[in-house]
Amino acid sequence: MIKITDQTIDTQVLIDSVNDSGGGAIDVFIGTTRNQTKGKKVLRLDFEAYEPMAIKELQKIVDRALAQWNILKYAVVHRVGTVEIGEAAVVIAVSTPHRADAFQACQFIIDELKKTVPIWKKEFFEDGEVWVAAHP
Amino acid sequence: MEVNILAFGIARDIFSERKIVQQIAAGETVAGVMEQLKVNYPDLSKLKAVMLAVNEEYVDDNYQIKDGDELAIIPPVSGG
Repeated sequence: MIKITDQTIDTQVLIDSVNDSGGGAIDVFIGTTRNQTKGKKVLRLDFEAYEPMAIKELQKIVDRALAQWNILKYAVVHRVGTVEIGEAAVVIAVSTPHRADAFQACQFIIDELKKTVPIWKKEFFEDGEVWVAAHP
Repeated sequence: MEVNILAFGIARDIFSERKIVQQIAAGETVAGVMEQLKVNYPDLSKLKAVMLAVNEEYVDDNYQIKDGDELAIIPPVSGG
């Protein structure tokens, strides 16, 4: 499953969705929103996506992972809209027969997601707001 | 011809809108359009990186834009 949503992500539902009787491992990555950036208090975050392209790019990453590791089932869900501090902005769950594949595939998917998937994060501070990573 | 250019993240702030319509010459490349956009919107040059996607795909700089293509400005991504 690959999804962009403006609703709270139910991690347990995703874990259940990748559970497979042939599996011996489920690895889950939850990216949560931090309350500070370089010591500056963050009040909340806003995520925006170029949704159809984001889905396509996520699928490409998952396809590369599928070619590399023995993945039984996967779920990749990313939030858009306002995400409060401490909430999950992204959840990735992968089931595999053995744990090494699950760890590696999960890390690969989040690392690649951060490089290519057209999703943008804006941090709101007490004195303003900033699109993350936009400027050198 | 006219093409629609979608803008996201900081590019949307720079354009002040989600979509602009740009007049471009036949055979124009994405690199050419980007140059033109940077003249019209100098703040684009201040970004760490900026790319143009065509029809929801990353393309090479020398991609020639066709009538009906949907362009999108992709500032540095920051998901996850």
